[in-house]
Amino acid sequence: MIALTNHAPVLLIAIPLLGAFAVPLIGKLGRGARNTFVGLIALITAAVAGLLAATVFGQGGAPSLYVLGGQGFGLPLPSGLNVPIRIIFEIDGMGAFMALITALVTLTGAFFSFSYWRNRSGGTLFHSLLMLLTAGIFGMELTGDMFNFFVFLEITSIAACGLIGFRVWLKHSQEAGFKVMALYTLSGMFVLLAVGLLYGQYGGLNIAYLASVITGSTIDIVALGLLFTGLALKAGAVPLHMWAPDAYGEAPAPMSAVLVANSQASLYGLFRILFTLFGLTISVATLGWMLIALALLTIFVGVTMALIQSDIKRLVAYSAVSQIGYMLLGVGVGLAVSVAKPDFGFVAMQGGIFHMLNDAACIGLLFFVSGVVIRATGTRDLNRMGGLAHSMKWTSILFIIGAFALAGVPPFNGFASKFLIYEAAFKLSPFLAVVAILSSILLLAVFVKVFQAAFLGTRQEGLESDVPMGMMIPMVALALVVIVFGLFPGFFVDKIVTPAANALWYGRDAYIDLVLGGG
Amino acid sequence: MSIGNLPFVVAALLVVFGIYAFLFKRNLIKLVIGISLVETGVNLFLVSLGYRTAGIAPIYTFAPEAERMVLPTPQALTLTSIVIGLATTALLLSFAVFIHRHYGTLDVRKVKELQG
Repeated sequence: MIALTNHAPVLLIAIPLLGAFAVPLIGKLGRGARNTFVGLIALITAAVAGLLAATVFGQGGAPSLYVLGGQGFGLPLPSGLNVPIRIIFEIDGMGAFMALITALVTLTGAFFSFSYWRNRSGGTLFHSLLMLLTAGIFGMELTGDMFNFFVFLEITSIAACGLIGFRVWLKHSQEAGFKVMALYTLSGMFVLLAVGLLYGQYGGLNIAYLASVITGSTIDIVALGLLFTGLALKAGAVPLHMWAPDAYGEAPAPMSAVLVANSQASLYGLFRILFTLFGLTISVATLGWMLIALALLTIFVGVTMALIQSDIKRLVAYSAVSQIGYMLLGVGVGLAVSVAKPDFGFVAMQGGIFHMLNDAACIGLLFFVSGVVIRATGTRDLNRMGGLAHSMKWTSILFIIGAFALAGVPPFNGFASKFLIYEAAFKLSPFLAVVAILSSILLLAVFVKVFQAAFLGTRQEGLESDVPMGMMIPMVALALVVIVFGLFPGFFVDKIVTPAANALWYGRDAYIDLVLGGG
Repeated sequence: MSIGNLPFVVAALLVVFGIYAFLFKRNLIKLVIGISLVETGVNLFLVSLGYRTAGIAPIYTFAPEAERMVLPTPQALTLTSIVIGLATTALLLSFAVFIHRHYGTLDVRKVKELQG
C-alpha cells in the first residue's frame, strides 16, 4: 500500500498508457472483454488519482516529488551547486486538483461510452485513444519539467485529434480533425520554441530550477509570449478559439467532455508558467489584465455564438468555450493583483480554480445529455427536435440541472464558483462583474431556447427514447457531483480548492525549495 | 571556421516561412508543408543551441581524449521532437487524404462547412 502511494504519480501515466496499447489486442477477444478491461483501467486510474489527491491534500497541498529512475535527482557540481537533471514529477495542490478533475471526466466518459458504442463501429479505437489522451493529460498536470510538458502536450494533441477524426467515414470529422491538428501542432511548436529559448539561457529544463534563476530578460519575455500564445490557443481562448467548437462539436459525445478537460490542462499549464515559472519577475499587472481581456472576450463571444447555433452539439461546444473565460477571469484578476496580494485576489483565484472542476462536471453532463438526445432523435438540428420531455423525463431533468449549473443558478455548483468570481471581479472593477453576470444570464437564455426546442412541444413518433443504464449512471453521477458541490461549496473550497489556489498564489517558493533543497 | 549565428538566422527564417505558408497558402498539403517547415526550424534551433565550435558527438564510449563535445540534451530534445513531428505530419496528411475523398478538393476555401 505504501509503495502504491509513493508511486501514484507515475502509475497515473503508466496505467492508462498500458491500457491504450493493450485495448486493441483485448478488443480482439470481444466486446465484453474489452469493456471489462477498459472499465477496470478507468477505475484503477481514478482510484490512484483519488489516492494521490488524498495524500497531497492530506498534507495541506504542500508539493511532493517523484523522481523517475532513481532516488536522488541532482548532479552535484564541484562548485557545490546541485543541478536537477533527472526527470521529475512535482505534485502540489494545483496538480492534484487537476488530476481529480481529469479522473472524474475520464471515468464517467469511459463508462458512458460503453453504451454509446454498442451499436456503432469504432469502439475499440475510441477506447484506445481515450486511454492515451488520459495518460497525456495526467502527464501535463503532474510533470515538473518543461520539455516533458511539451511531450505530454503533443501526446494529448495527437490523441485528441485522433479521437475527433478516427471515424473517417464522417465528412465533417475530417475537416475538424485537420483544422484542430494543424492548430494544436502550431501551439506545440510555440511551446517547444519557448522551451528552447529558456534552455539556451539557463541550461535547464526543470521548472523549479528555471524558476529559481529566471530574470525576466527580453528573451524570457519572448519565451513567455510564445508560451502564452501556444497555451491560450490550446485552451481555446478567444480569439484563438476557432478550433474549439469544431473539436467539441464533431468529437463523439463521451469524448467532448474529455476534450474540455484537455483544454483545462493547457490552462493549468498556462497558470503554472505564469505563477510558478515566472512569478514576480515579470509585470504581473499587465499580464493579469491581458488575461482579463482574453477572459471577457472569451465569455462574451462564446455566449453570443452559442445563442445563434441551431446544432445542439455545437451550441454546447460554444458554451464550453465561454466557460474557459470564467476560469481565465478568476485567475486573471488574481494575477493582476498578485504583487499586493489583497484578500479579494485570493477569492478570485479560488473562484477561477473551483470553476474548472464545476465546469468539467456540468459541461460533461450537458455533452452526455446532448449525446443521448442525438441518439434518440437521430438529428443534431434543434429545429427538427421536439417533445422529448414526454418520453425522456429523467434526461430532461438532468439537462435542466446541467444547464442551470452552467449558467450559475443557485443551488448548483456553477453558482458557487461564479459567485466567488463575480465578487472578486467586482472589487477590481465593476465592469468585469457586469459582463460576467450578463453573459451568464444570456447563457441561461441559450439553454431555455434548447429546452423549449428539444424537450417541450408535442410528442413525436419514432423516437429511440429508452436511455440505457450504462448512459444513465454516468449522467446521474455527474449530476450528483453538480448538486453536492452546489449544496456544500464551503466544504470543498476549504478542503481542495484553497490548497490548489494556495499552491499557485503563495506556493512558488515551496515549489522551488523542494527541488533545490532550500537553496 | 566559426559559423557564428548563422544557424539561428536560418532557423528563424524557416519558422517565418512556415508560418507564412500556414497563414496564406490555400492548399491543405501546402499547409502541412508549412507546419513541417516550422518544426524543422525549431529543431534546427534546438540543435544549434547545443553546438560548440569543433565539438564532437557526445558519446563517451571510445571518445578521443580531451575533445570538446556538443551538448547532449538538445540533441535528445530534437530527436523526441522529430518523432513527434513525424506523428503529427502523418496524422495531418491522412486527414488531408480523407478530406480529398469527401470533398473532392484540397482547397481550404471549399473545405469549410463547419462555420459559425
